[in-house]
Amino acid sequence: MSAALLEVENLRVEFGGRIAAVRGASVTVARGETHCLVGESGCGKSVTALAVMSLLARGARRSADRLAFDGIDLRDMGETAMSRLRGHRMAMIFQEPMTSLNPAYTVGSQMTEVLRRHKGATRAAATDRAAELLGRVGITAPGLRLGQFPHQLSGGLRQRVMIAMALMCDPELLVADEPTTALDVTVQAQILRLLATLQRDLGLGLLLITHDLGVVARVAHRVSVMYAGEVVESAPTAELFAAPRHPYTRGLLDCVPVPGKVARNAPLGSIPGVVPRIAPGFAGCAFRDRCGQVNASCAGIIPRRTVGAGHAMLCRLEPGWTGAGATP
Amino acid sequence: MLRFLLRRLIVAVLVAATVLTLAFVLTRLSGDLAISIAGPNATQQDVDAVRKAYGLDRPVVIQFFDWVGRALLGDFGESYFFKARVAALIGERMPVTVSLGLTGLVIALAISLPMGVLAAVRENTWADRAVQAVALLGQAMPSFWLGLILMITLGLHLGWLPISGTGSWEHYVMPGIVLAFSAVPALTRLTRAGMIQALGSDYIRTARAKGLSRASILLKHALRNAAIPVVAIAAVQLGFMLGGSIVIESVFALHGVGFLAWESIGKNDFPVVQAVVLVLAVIYVALTMFADILNAVLDPRLRGA
Amino acid sequence: MSEAVVVSGPLRGWRSIATWVGAVIVGLAVFCALFAGWLVPHDPFQQDLTKRLLTPFWMEGHNPAHLLGTDQLGRDYLSRLIWGARISILIGVTVTIVSAVIGIAMGVIGGYAGGKIDDMVLFAITTRLSIPVVLVALAVVGLMGSSLTLLVLTLGLLLWDRFAVVARSTTMQVRNLDFVAAAWCAGSSRFHILAREILPNIASHLVVVATLEIALAILLEAALSFLGLGVPPPLPSWGLMIAEAKEYMFFSPWVIVIPGVALFVLVLGINLLGDGLRDMFGTRTDP
Ligand SMILES: Nc1ncnc2c1ncn2[C@@H]1O[C@H](COP(=O)(O)OP(=O)(O)O)[C@@H](O)[C@H]1O
Ligand SMILES: [Mg+2]
Repeated sequence: MSAALLEVENLRVEFGGRIAAVRGASVTVARGETHCLVGESGCGKSVTALAVMSLLARGARRSADRLAFDGIDLRDMGETAMSRLRGHRMAMIFQEPMTSLNPAYTVGSQMTEVLRRHKGATRAAATDRAAELLGRVGITAPGLRLGQFPHQLSGGLRQRVMIAMALMCDPELLVADEPTTALDVTVQAQILRLLATLQRDLGLGLLLITHDLGVVARVAHRVSVMYAGEVVESAPTAELFAAPRHPYTRGLLDCVPVPGKVARNAPLGSIPGVVPRIAPGFAGCAFRDRCGQVNASCAGIIPRRTVGAGHAMLCRLEPGWTGAGATP
Repeated sequence: MLRFLLRRLIVAVLVAATVLTLAFVLTRLSGDLAISIAGPNATQQDVDAVRKAYGLDRPVVIQFFDWVGRALLGDFGESYFFKARVAALIGERMPVTVSLGLTGLVIALAISLPMGVLAAVRENTWADRAVQAVALLGQAMPSFWLGLILMITLGLHLGWLPISGTGSWEHYVMPGIVLAFSAVPALTRLTRAGMIQALGSDYIRTARAKGLSRASILLKHALRNAAIPVVAIAAVQLGFMLGGSIVIESVFALHGVGFLAWESIGKNDFPVVQAVVLVLAVIYVALTMFADILNAVLDPRLRGA
Repeated sequence: MSEAVVVSGPLRGWRSIATWVGAVIVGLAVFCALFAGWLVPHDPFQQDLTKRLLTPFWMEGHNPAHLLGTDQLGRDYLSRLIWGARISILIGVTVTIVSAVIGIAMGVIGGYAGGKIDDMVLFAITTRLSIPVVLVALAVVGLMGSSLTLLVLTLGLLLWDRFAVVARSTTMQVRNLDFVAAAWCAGSSRFHILAREILPNIASHLVVVATLEIALAILLEAALSFLGLGVPPPLPSWGLMIAEAKEYMFFSPWVIVIPGVALFVLVLGINLLGDGLRDMFGTRTDP
């Protein structure tokens, strides 16, 4: 059976019964594929990633029609069984490199404990592996870095350490939640290039969360666009950039300053308005308040339609519509 | 780090000097020391003789500098009542007080750390509330009374522990428990708050993402960070405990420094009293400095700074 | 998430219950203290050697006239207990007033002035913390003779540190707020700013500290009286009652249980009330 590496169908996450952070999202990552999840801040991207890893905060309720890693159902898996997968076959890196490493332990100690836990490696073997990976993620003098504490490293170095640490056990899936947002612009590019190289060389399944569409265009095989807890459009990268169908996707793409393609009167940089906070029981399209194509049927049930090969969207509009995506 | 320590050292010396002065002033508060030393039935000649013998006929300023000069050399004069060198008396009794303090501290940590961790892991559950209730009860407990109650229950009715005295290690258990009670509320709350903060931190999320075991996440990653302030405060608490040992030593007739001070107060033996005040204050100051150093040693971020 | 959040606002659930329990205990004690003269069933100082160590109501052979029994001199225990509440409350409150005046003055001045003056205040606090309170209080009372006034002054002079710490830190926070700057621009005098603008804004925090200090002063008074260097006999301080009954405790444990429980419950009540106020005001009292 050639099941995808990660299958998520109709994922829902609620916090305390008051906030519906994820509302029926579906994402599939094939082996060796880079799948990018994009959307504005507060769309539920991080919550989706954490739900996949079973790392949600206490008080979060998760449900899904399917949530499987390599065919293994994760939905009712206990914490102990889950912990044997995490860091071993599926790994994750986070947005905040400054605080994601434990200040009390050296880089070496934090890296080696992963291998020792999952593979029962000896201290010496684990240290060798850690040094090798630090070299691989472009850190010079790995031996020196292994003995240092996180506060002695810059943000970019820490994120490299986080990446190396995630790779310790040769995972099949890597979930990266905005791994460069907190870094300097020059460092951002380096880290993303590194991730793309590693993904290709190691054949990783990569679920990359970002809101940098330039990055998406270069590294993603497939893109899913999230809005207010839903995946509103999902397509192969080339297809999505060439023929975006959902008004929100068009709005996002319009925001990217492409030379010569900027509309004359449109403000640069963002879609007007903010992502609404959705309570459970909300009906209709969550984007309708900011949409340029809104009409009465947007408050009703929104169909999910297939609009091309591997291209789906969640909107009442016919695939061939024209006009402004977001409200001008 | 070195500059910080130097600054701390200067402050510590200044504090000690101030306490030195206060200890002197304290003993002159009662008016004419010669009269109180000579006793109620003394004649004027007796009082004059005492005054001359103890150097109390000299101007106060001279007496002060004499006391400071000698105290700096570790000479606190001679006890009026015990007829022995004060320094020797204190030295003889100090091991009892220090053993008591350490026993109390060990018991306090043995109770506070697990309770604080439990409360944090089970935040906002009944376990958490129970731990906080214990902390509240401990805070309201009069230590001398708890001592008496333990004597009646553990000592008399159950016969598990000796009721009072200094003979064996068992004599330190009951007073140790009582002394620990005074530190448990603060240490438990600090552990709980530190653990809650640590458990909500990003590096714990990383530890979970690495698939580490629950024990490793709690004890290696969270507690290690939460314990840094606790250990530092524990050193300060030890200072408070030594200062508060006077009550417990007199309840249990433990012949430590506190008991010595209590006896001396009753006998108007002011050289002993002022020396004990000074010694306890200096120990406290030293312990707070030690706490700062400990903090720096335990927290890698402070080490290089 | 990594920031500590101090939650303030109305209390809910068990916290509200705990606060109310504290308020009721404190209210009851204050009532006893104020109306002790009318409440006592017997003269608390009246000895009757024919009625020594009568048992309290839950034990066999008790005397209905003496609900909580009598002490070793035949004095009615309930009456002495009620009178003792008066002494505890009186000392707790007066000591706290003395220490509040000293501590708040130092803290507000240090926090407002900053610089050298603040350094001096900090130094005073550090020095104060290094002084063993019980020992020094015992020494003062022991060397100068015991009296209520001396006891209150001594404890008041020793317990101002927490007031100073909290007043200092809250003043520093308030100092930079707009309305203080506005008052300063409007040419108000320094004293005016301190008294009219800053004090009212840090008052809620100081009330919380005051409850903690009252509880501490009551415990200390009891300890000193227990050691024979606190409240002079024959006044019925709870600590003194425990000390006087100590000889009999192995045969009649209730003689120390009754005053001890009273002391414990009162201090617990004050702490419960203080914790409730702290949560309502969102105060942090840890140094
Ligand atoms: N622990 C939590 N408790 C309550 N609400 C949360 C929590 N974590 C996230 N949310 C809410 O879920 C929504 C999605 O957040 P998130 O996934 O972090 O967005 P992003 O797409 O920027 O990563 C937000 O509205 C956020 O407020
Ligand atoms: Mg996010």
